[in-house]
Amino acid sequence: MTLKTTPLNAAHRAMGAKMVDFGGWDMPVNYGSQIDEHHQVRNDVGMFDVCHMRVVDAKGDGVRAFLRYLLANNADKITVPGKALYSAMLRPEGGVIDDLIIYFMTEQWFRIVVNAGTADKDIAWMKEQAAVHAPNLTITSRDDLAMVAVQGPNARAKAWQVLPQTKDATEHLVNFQAADCGEYFIARTGYTGEDGFEVMLPKEKVEAFWYDLNKAGVKPIGLGARDTLRLEAGMNLYGQDMDETVGPLESGLAWTVDLKSERDFIGKAALLANPPSKKLVGLLLLDRGVLRGHQKVVTPHGDGEITSGTFSPTLEKSIALARVPNGVAVGDTVQVVIRDKMLAAQVVKYPFARNGKGLI
Amino acid sequence: MSNPTDLRYTASHEWVKTETDGSITVGITDHAQELLGDMVFVEAPAAGRKLKAGEECAVVESVKAAADVYAPVAGEVTAANADLDNAPEAINNEPYGAWIFKMKPDNAADVAALMDAAAYQAHVDSEAH
Repeated sequence: MTLKTTPLNAAHRAMGAKMVDFGGWDMPVNYGSQIDEHHQVRNDVGMFDVCHMRVVDAKGDGVRAFLRYLLANNADKITVPGKALYSAMLRPEGGVIDDLIIYFMTEQWFRIVVNAGTADKDIAWMKEQAAVHAPNLTITSRDDLAMVAVQGPNARAKAWQVLPQTKDATEHLVNFQAADCGEYFIARTGYTGEDGFEVMLPKEKVEAFWYDLNKAGVKPIGLGARDTLRLEAGMNLYGQDMDETVGPLESGLAWTVDLKSERDFIGKAALLANPPSKKLVGLLLLDRGVLRGHQKVVTPHGDGEITSGTFSPTLEKSIALARVPNGVAVGDTVQVVIRDKMLAAQVVKYPFARNGKGLI
Repeated sequence: MSNPTDLRYTASHEWVKTETDGSITVGITDHAQELLGDMVFVEAPAAGRKLKAGEECAVVESVKAAADVYAPVAGEVTAANADLDNAPEAINNEPYGAWIFKMKPDNAADVAALMDAAAYQAHVDSEAH
């Protein structure tokens, strides 16, 4: 199978990236030390190629009402232009099709950003639902757009240095808000737990943008550090922490699901009919070793499983997200089976680290 | 980094140094550490443990992944490198200095039969294709 490439593929190779097959995409996992890249973002600024993620525009009258029904989070929460909302999109049975971000631009236009590996099935699902519930809407995959995330405490300043013409439109943005600056769509969002922007721009401009950022002192960061940063920040990864076989309430996403309002949405009846018996918690390994996905978690309330685990460069300890029985509480000590050993881990509240600092 | 010519190598990317007393020192190659990336944890075998050739006996974990380390030959473990407990990154910085364990081989001839540097390099090149 030929791997798919982003418009930055040549730039990654020129910058010394180690490339890996990431869900069918030829992507940089690191350029040098993954741990240095992690600290670079927590302490200064780094840039990520996220061109593999997909931008989808939903346009037409009634787009808000459609999204209110399509998504588990309530599109009515965003009324200020540019404001973003994180949501799960559910199967009628309650499983998670994907997690995504929607941006309210006008009552005729919402922008949606979805994961790379799920983009095609997401768009097919949206179109299938729209055909029934909002046949006048157009749902367009914006394959003409590229996306770069600039993240870290100095990210916005560096982005403005490279794109000074966008500063007036973006300096007032609050967290989780975007501005449409013509060719550049700039959102104060990210997947690292740090301040910064996600910049959507025409594909043919992205390589120059990447090199301009680099000249301004922004270092490229690979998918390896992206994973440790998002896990420290307590952000779920689709396909690991949740998928179509589990619901949002068992995946640490209850805060994004509104079950109280009158609003109906796809999956709501299933969530109400099946209260969760498990939940997602944070783990901090007390013994020496590294927590990894799929390791078994033994608790007095029954077994659980790690969904994502890694070494946290900020805490210099191993951390994980784990799906465990409801009875397990923060502060409990549980056992994790690693190879032939049982190692002690503490159940903790996450996020583990954000804004340059450890929180545990 | 080129592979030192005074060492022997395994297909599973361990290097083996023969000491003057006939014991051997074992670590992982520059190629192996490069593939794994930043090392964060090493679990070495206990002294006194008897190993068969090819037996899983140590684990090295980077941020990215865990990898088994195999006994290059049959023998008995005589020492583990405790310095790696607090400084696993030494494997990245100095792969041919940061040894993981030492053992007394059952047969010296087993060590001589391992790959030399040129054969190991050919093996690495063949895996890349």
